[in-house]
Amino acid sequence: MSQPVLSLDGLTVRLPKGADRPHALSDVSLSIASNEILCVVGESGSGKSMMANAIMRLLPNEVRIEQGRMLFNGRDLCAASAAEMRDVRGAGIAMIFQEPMTALNPLRSIGDQIGEMFSIHTKLSKAEIAARVLALLEDVRIPDPKAAAKAYPHELSGGQRQRAMIAMALALDPKLLIADEPTTALDVTTQAQILKLIRDLQRRKQTAVLFITHDFGVVAELADRVVVMQHGVIVEQGVTDRVLNDPQHAYTKQLIAAVPPLKAPPPRIISGKNILTIDNVSKTYRTGGFLGRGARVTDAVKNVSLHLPRGATLGIVGESGSGKSTLARCIVRLIDPDAGAILLDGKDWAKLTREQVRRETRHIQMVFQDPFASLNPRRKTAELVAQGPIVHGADRAVAIAEARKLFELVGLDPSAGDRFPHEFSGGQRQRIGLARALALKPDVLVADEPVSALDVSVQAQVLKLLADLRQQLGLSIIFITHDLRVAAQICDLVAVMKDGAVVEQGSTAVVFGNPQHPYTQALLSAIPGGDFTRKRDALIV
Amino acid sequence: MDAVKRYFRSPAAIIGLVLLLLVIAMAISAGFLYPRDPLALAGRPLVWPFSNPRFLLGTDNSGRDIAAQIFYGARISLLIGGVATVIAILIGILVGAFAGYYGGWVDNVLMRITEAFQTLPNFVLLLVLVAVFGSTLTTVTIAVGVVSWPAPARLTRAEFLSLRNREFVQAGRTLGMKDIQLILGEILPNALPPVIVYASVVMAVSILLESALAFLKLSDPNVASWGNLIGLGRDVLRVQWYVSAIPGVAILVTVLAVSLVGQGLNDALNPRLKSR
Amino acid sequence: MRILSLAGRRLAASIPTLFLILIGVFLLLQLAPGDTVDALMAQMGGGDAATAKELRQFYGLDLSVPAQLANYLWRLVRLDLGFSSIYGKPVATVILERLPPTILLMTASLSFAFFFGLLFGVIAARGVNRWPDTLISTLGLVFYATPSFWFGLMAIVVFSVYLQWLPPGGFEDIGTIRTGIWHVFDIAAHLLLPTLTLGLIFLAIYLRIMRASMLEVLNLDFVRTARAKGLDETRVITRHVLRNALLPMVTLIGLQAGTMLGGSVVVESVFSLPGLGRLAYESVVQRDLNTLLGIVFVSALLVISVNFVVDLLYARLDPRIAAEG
Repeated sequence: MSQPVLSLDGLTVRLPKGADRPHALSDVSLSIASNEILCVVGESGSGKSMMANAIMRLLPNEVRIEQGRMLFNGRDLCAASAAEMRDVRGAGIAMIFQEPMTALNPLRSIGDQIGEMFSIHTKLSKAEIAARVLALLEDVRIPDPKAAAKAYPHELSGGQRQRAMIAMALALDPKLLIADEPTTALDVTTQAQILKLIRDLQRRKQTAVLFITHDFGVVAELADRVVVMQHGVIVEQGVTDRVLNDPQHAYTKQLIAAVPPLKAPPPRIISGKNILTIDNVSKTYRTGGFLGRGARVTDAVKNVSLHLPRGATLGIVGESGSGKSTLARCIVRLIDPDAGAILLDGKDWAKLTREQVRRETRHIQMVFQDPFASLNPRRKTAELVAQGPIVHGADRAVAIAEARKLFELVGLDPSAGDRFPHEFSGGQRQRIGLARALALKPDVLVADEPVSALDVSVQAQVLKLLADLRQQLGLSIIFITHDLRVAAQICDLVAVMKDGAVVEQGSTAVVFGNPQHPYTQALLSAIPGGDFTRKRDALIV
Repeated sequence: MDAVKRYFRSPAAIIGLVLLLLVIAMAISAGFLYPRDPLALAGRPLVWPFSNPRFLLGTDNSGRDIAAQIFYGARISLLIGGVATVIAILIGILVGAFAGYYGGWVDNVLMRITEAFQTLPNFVLLLVLVAVFGSTLTTVTIAVGVVSWPAPARLTRAEFLSLRNREFVQAGRTLGMKDIQLILGEILPNALPPVIVYASVVMAVSILLESALAFLKLSDPNVASWGNLIGLGRDVLRVQWYVSAIPGVAILVTVLAVSLVGQGLNDALNPRLKSR
Repeated sequence: MRILSLAGRRLAASIPTLFLILIGVFLLLQLAPGDTVDALMAQMGGGDAATAKELRQFYGLDLSVPAQLANYLWRLVRLDLGFSSIYGKPVATVILERLPPTILLMTASLSFAFFFGLLFGVIAARGVNRWPDTLISTLGLVFYATPSFWFGLMAIVVFSVYLQWLPPGGFEDIGTIRTGIWHVFDIAAHLLLPTLTLGLIFLAIYLRIMRASMLEVLNLDFVRTARAKGLDETRVITRHVLRNALLPMVTLIGLQAGTMLGGSVVVESVFSLPGLGRLAYESVVQRDLNTLLGIVFVSALLVISVNFVVDLLYARLDPRIAAEG
């Protein structure tokens, strides 16, 4: 191995009093060579982002480096002065972040912000800077670089913003690039493009890359070597192939096992009768119009027709903006569809009045995405779960008692009902949300990205619970997700949506095994670490 | 209670509470310490403070005890400040909740009216109201409340706007809750803390508005109020400046106390790390 | 010019607001005890019922309320604000005479409050929870709690009565006639204390908002990006934080324009400035309802113009606004 660009030696970072643990990082040692991609993997709270900030010496105020050395270019960054650190930042070590929208200053143009790199660290003239900025934007393959340089962040898409961030980070050919979950906020196809871009540029410029991620798929796709972190400690590190195929530490094994297989489980027998039929449903938004001038029309959902057989799970997959969430909200009538019919047990749900919907709503219930926003923080959880039956006329005491039974059903302690939502973890809250929906004994459950906000290992548990409940209660489920791997695990049928329309639908095994529409094919090939997963799936079978 | 503990962690909030309790104590003890009418003649006019033990804070132009007027003035300031605040906050919550929850034309109409109230300088509107309805204690209090509601209305509306599309409100709707259940049971409890904190600002402004009105001799002349006394002292400002100075300090202390308590409440109810 | 059309549309949207105000206040004033004729008769030292009736007919006061309102609005369209019986001049003339001191006072106070509010807010946020912050925040709280009229009176006692540095009131020295630059200095000397008095509470508000907004922006992701680029703290503040932190301050100017105009009523009374605020006070005392209504109209116009400028300024600062239009 060549001379390391950066090596951490016994790095220990102390958290302020009152944090959930004393150290964000304890005794972390690792090294990165030039022309190497090192992936740091861990779930939320593993300290992986803290490590990135520590290397840049950009830790929050009360957090400090307690021990250890960080050697970069033969110099210990822990001992560097503020001025020396400023020379290293940007020029020696550059960084890209998770959220390209908030990581860019909204009030200054892209070109201006990239050019700032040169104006801080070099003595180039304005014209030279402008030329360099343009060249960089071409390098990251942004469409229309000239326009992009003049654009403000809000005028670009998420993927373009992240490209601009990468252009900015690579402006001065830094020795080391730290990428902190740079693709987590992006759609899967965009993610694939950005990952490819990072790898191409890295090979060309021979940069060392420290890539932080929670996704083993990304690791399989990108990394030369892997570092696995848990609770601020490195539990395992090694060459990617070795770690993926022969993990030593139990936590690593658990993380790799939790990566959902791409292959659908053996098909279940599905009833021939449809419980829910969606027939030509459309929803159009008009925005920004004043007296008909300058109105923008968005077809959020275009003539969508779907069937949900009784007892089956129908997955609706698509990227952000595909209209899948709007469709879900139309089905539960949080949004009124403009046209089409939604037949539930023969009744046209789309034509009911608001008051009728309110009375009939127990037949169809919803589970929401964000476990932190979907529970009223000011109510105890038993009350939250009992609310539905109480609204529909159940006796309060009976409803609360029923709620406690439901807690058991979703794998929570019945005594959990006396606590407030903030006392629970994300996965537990999602169970509470599920119990709330089940309290009304619905025929159809609409689940809108129910596991997207959860860590991978928790995701697997919640999905298993959902599958068990489906069996036990005979639920019919509409499952909205952007993650094809999740859909493959739980859905009997899938429909792929793009720009408001369904482009392909059918049984999961058929759609994923032999995709017909080019968009479905693109989605499937964009899944990070697809090759690894497929290889592993083959082994399991 | 975490909030109570957080409140008492801040020295400024404790000082504010002590000052406010002091003013409240003054208001309560006024009748007991000065049983006579504070506006009745008590002695020689324009006695300097600390020169006569009978009149610790001296007497005003017409020989009335300044200390007595300060004690009774605390009652008036707290009463007007308190009642006007309740009026303003209630109207504000009502308007803001409806506008924010229903949106559309309801929001449009209500916000147009709010905007009208904010476009008209509040003190000018106060003058108009006093000109029309006269300056008794009741009308002045109501008038101060009526000119102060737009800001809390905007605040409540903003809270409702951000809360009404939160997933837990949508969840309530999918459970079949009625609008009124969603507004009162789900949204309002979560929207209330910032509005309650803002009430302290409304109260501070109300006290200042009333005192300004009294200073201009447009408030109720038949009660002992701090603003009245400052207005009276203006005639003898060049020499006996203390007649104006003393009640001004009383107003300053009261408003300061209310603001400090408000700030303490804010930090206690909306905890957030001061720096990352 | 997208920005201009956007602000223009906002301006057009404020016309209904203006009418709402005028109709509301007009109807409100119908409830007032006594009308212009009563005031006029009192001025003349009384008169008989027949004269009063004639005068009412002359001023159109014998008509029904809706008819009077329609008359008033129609006159308003022609920029006729009516006649002030107290001053014996058209209301428009009276108001125009009184406008310059108020506009001068407001501009000066706003500039003072904005500039120092910005400065102190930045200093406080830079040294958050250290002594400069504690000092500035405490002073801000005290300034906020100080009744402006009282501060004005105390300032007169100190600077005019004891130190005799500054005039105790008025807009200019009437005794001696000055020209050119000396005239300007004279007016400046007269306006110094009123400006401080009116600006003090707004200084307190602005510095508090600026401090809070700086702290908020300092926590945003792009500030971390700026630091990761290797910018020093001063440049992080000037190039990335300041402009973002200014946005709430600019919004506040628009929201507070009305409050500031209201504050000038009191301050002009304290310093005997012949401005719009003092006119408002006088017309209430003298029951000159025509003038009062005219003042309502003009002050609403002033607030709307300030908001128009603020909209333009905001759109200049924030590219996202122009995109929405």
